[in-house]
Amino acid sequence: MAGLAATLGRGAMSNPLADMEKPDVIFCIGTNMTETHPVAATRLKKAQARGATLIVADPRRIPLARRADLHLPLRVGTDVALLGAMAHVIEREGLVDETFLAERTEGWERLREHLRAFTPEWAEGICGVEAADIERAAIAYGRAERGAIYYTLGITEHICGVDNVQSLCNLMLMTGNVGRPGTGINPMRGQNNIQGAGDVGALPNHFPGFQPVTDPANQEKFERAWGVRVDLQKGMTKVRALERAGEKVFGMLICGENTVVSDPDAGHCRRALGSLEHLVVIDIFLTETAELADVVLPASAWGETDGVFTNTERRPQRVRAAVAPPGEARAEWWIVSQLAKRLGAGGFDYESAAQVFDELCSLSPTYHGLSWELVAEGRHQWPVPEAGHPGTPLLHIGEFPRGRGLFTTPEYRDPAEVTDEDYPVWLTTGRRLAHYHTRTMSGRSAGPEFLVPEEVVEVHPADVAAWGLTDGEPAILASRRGSVVVKVAADDTSPRGTVFSSFSFSEVPVNVLTGSGYDPITDTAELKVCPVRIEPA
Amino acid sequence: MTGTTPTGAASNRLTLDGETVAFEEGESLFELARRHGDAVSSLCFDDRLEPLGACRLCAVEVEGQARPVASCTTLAHAGMVVRTRTADLERHRRILTDLIVSENPTGAAIDSLRGSASQELAQLAGRYEADGRRFGGARSGASRADDANPMILRDYDHCISCYRCVRICSEQQGDDAISVGGRGFRTRITTEFDGLLADSACTFCGQCVQTCPTGALADRRALEHAETPGELAATRSICPYCGVGCSLDILTKGERIVGVRPAPDGPANEGALCVKGQFAWEWVQHPDRLTNPLVRKDGELVEASWDEALDRAAEGFREVAAAHGREAVYAVASGRAPHESAYTIQKLVRVCFQTNQIDNCSRS
Repeated sequence: MAGLAATLGRGAMSNPLADMEKPDVIFCIGTNMTETHPVAATRLKKAQARGATLIVADPRRIPLARRADLHLPLRVGTDVALLGAMAHVIEREGLVDETFLAERTEGWERLREHLRAFTPEWAEGICGVEAADIERAAIAYGRAERGAIYYTLGITEHICGVDNVQSLCNLMLMTGNVGRPGTGINPMRGQNNIQGAGDVGALPNHFPGFQPVTDPANQEKFERAWGVRVDLQKGMTKVRALERAGEKVFGMLICGENTVVSDPDAGHCRRALGSLEHLVVIDIFLTETAELADVVLPASAWGETDGVFTNTERRPQRVRAAVAPPGEARAEWWIVSQLAKRLGAGGFDYESAAQVFDELCSLSPTYHGLSWELVAEGRHQWPVPEAGHPGTPLLHIGEFPRGRGLFTTPEYRDPAEVTDEDYPVWLTTGRRLAHYHTRTMSGRSAGPEFLVPEEVVEVHPADVAAWGLTDGEPAILASRRGSVVVKVAADDTSPRGTVFSSFSFSEVPVNVLTGSGYDPITDTAELKVCPVRIEPA
Repeated sequence: MTGTTPTGAASNRLTLDGETVAFEEGESLFELARRHGDAVSSLCFDDRLEPLGACRLCAVEVEGQARPVASCTTLAHAGMVVRTRTADLERHRRILTDLIVSENPTGAAIDSLRGSASQELAQLAGRYEADGRRFGGARSGASRADDANPMILRDYDHCISCYRCVRICSEQQGDDAISVGGRGFRTRITTEFDGLLADSACTFCGQCVQTCPTGALADRRALEHAETPGELAATRSICPYCGVGCSLDILTKGERIVGVRPAPDGPANEGALCVKGQFAWEWVQHPDRLTNPLVRKDGELVEASWDEALDRAAEGFREVAAAHGREAVYAVASGRAPHESAYTIQKLVRVCFQTNQIDNCSRS
């Protein structure tokens, strides 16, 4: 999100989900959408059935790639090379939108100079995609009347996540594919309310509504609202906080996250949490993380809790309690408020979720025109700046929040770790359709467990033979940080030399292996690239 | 569309059962008739699908046409004279309904837990007092009792070959996992190579289950609660899994969640769900749920009262702040919980410790 915030002034999906049926060229990169956002993917299938061209860049032959008109099987972590070469071709072929460049962007001359070196032939040597296919993709997107870009964590979970996002943004800006239906740059958010967690200010750099904490005016605004002067200094990201656990950070409150299974370098993470003097976990199950806590507070779950989720297209929608929570479990806003009161804070006398949400609306420019009553129908997409505003399904019409769209000049960098003699195989991680994250939910449901009862590592059939592995038999997967034992599945979804596994099963804690590096701007972990060694167990 | 009367151009008018009515460009006679009453029904129609004209129940008379026409596949034209309520049509619908009901081993009665549209045939049978006895004898369709997947029941004894499942899988879901095999009386709904769903292109989204008008395809997770006592109730909510934000109804009997159904008017999903949203909800009332606060005593987590647990939680943070400074306390909010959770957590950090030592789980 930081990548788009810097170049456009707003880090969020630009177009509504309904627009996915409208492009004539769709460029999906680093998104296994049929498995991670299955219902959104049905819209892309409909667009394709109506004649849209689908281009998919992904190291693996994922289901979306099998449907694509053109699949660009790039080597993991080489997106900047591929995207830079596409931009090079668009410029070379005269497909840039000169009017759009002149009216709505800045920095083009610098980028044009920068792109000279990004020839498709140079890129082929790095990303492994044939130069001719890079040209075909670039020309198709460059010529599109309505070209739309979709991406997820395959773009951001790299040491160069921001560079990847900004490379995509360059493509969009140079072709003017923005601010109109069926266009735009569309990061699909992975969790039901991850957009909402940012919207409400659970960020080290932003108050609610993405108001920077470093702006004294915002400090004053929240001092008036809460009666407390908050530091002007940004907080740490979670990654840094875990890194500094036991030396700078000594107490942690973790809500609804199974950190020791979902986070990179699980061994380090477990040690970090172990070095705290005080850990409080709020959750619905006794997760692997909760087991480490000093205090565990039982929360009400989905289906038991009134509240609001904001989806990936910036649409706040009501969730409702259908049944009572079990035993003593309570809504998190109640639990947190009780804790805050015991810490001496005022302003936590909420009697309902509605009161909490309405306070948020009063303080957030993006939600200012919303209320608990208004979100009941889920008809608004933020920003909703004032009461009576219809909401903003389509961002960036006429002007970007920062004014002009900014071209940046990302350079290609190798991943934090590259393959070598000891670790000759690329591991990339992701999700499977039937399961969700660390299976705390889907693993306790009969359907997903029937479909995917155990984790496997997907290895190309030719590599299974070449590496002395056996389909269906266990193998040892080892990185510089640790090793796991996992069953081999011969599967041509993975290209030769690259293997795939999800992190859903705590029996196969794949994140013991990952964690080679982090994006320097966002601290997002490079979960998509990890050199490993694989041998029969 | 129900209940609205478009104000089209004067030329977009026809005569429906003696009244002059306006129609919209591209509107079928079925959609038009439905806006003006309930005379015409259908079992093969679904708003999201291309009309097929398979069940013939929606037949109407159009002046100048020798025989009744399927209204779902006939577009409205200016000047048409259309009749939907004649005695002949009613007789046709009655016989046809009886014929369809005769295909069903249990008559039309079926548990509504099977799916959203599962009562359509039953309602029609009630209306035409059809018990199927007139057409006893052989039945088509053979249930796949061997398909042991725990999500989709394939009870083809109830199948009436409306092809809604085949069409929704192709047109809406885009998976083309369901196909039609055989001809005539031996027509059957099947998958590629006649196999099990798990071995086909099926992704278990459940859309076929929800559009089936007889419950031949049914929600096995929900049917486990067929005997659970209580009135069936529905609560509108949003799916708890990915960021798409699909609208759905949580089905309950008393304090028991018994199923989930997609909301046809959900802005993000327009009636669709995926395997997780549709079938993976049992975790909510799983016995593993935490039901009491826990505090660590002598190395073990033991049950405690809210007061004790909250006091202990607060005391620990106070001690950390006193010993190491305010910024030594850190919080991670959830991207899974509602806004009110993350909002109160960030406010707690900022108000109680005056720092910005707060993040959510989006970086991993």
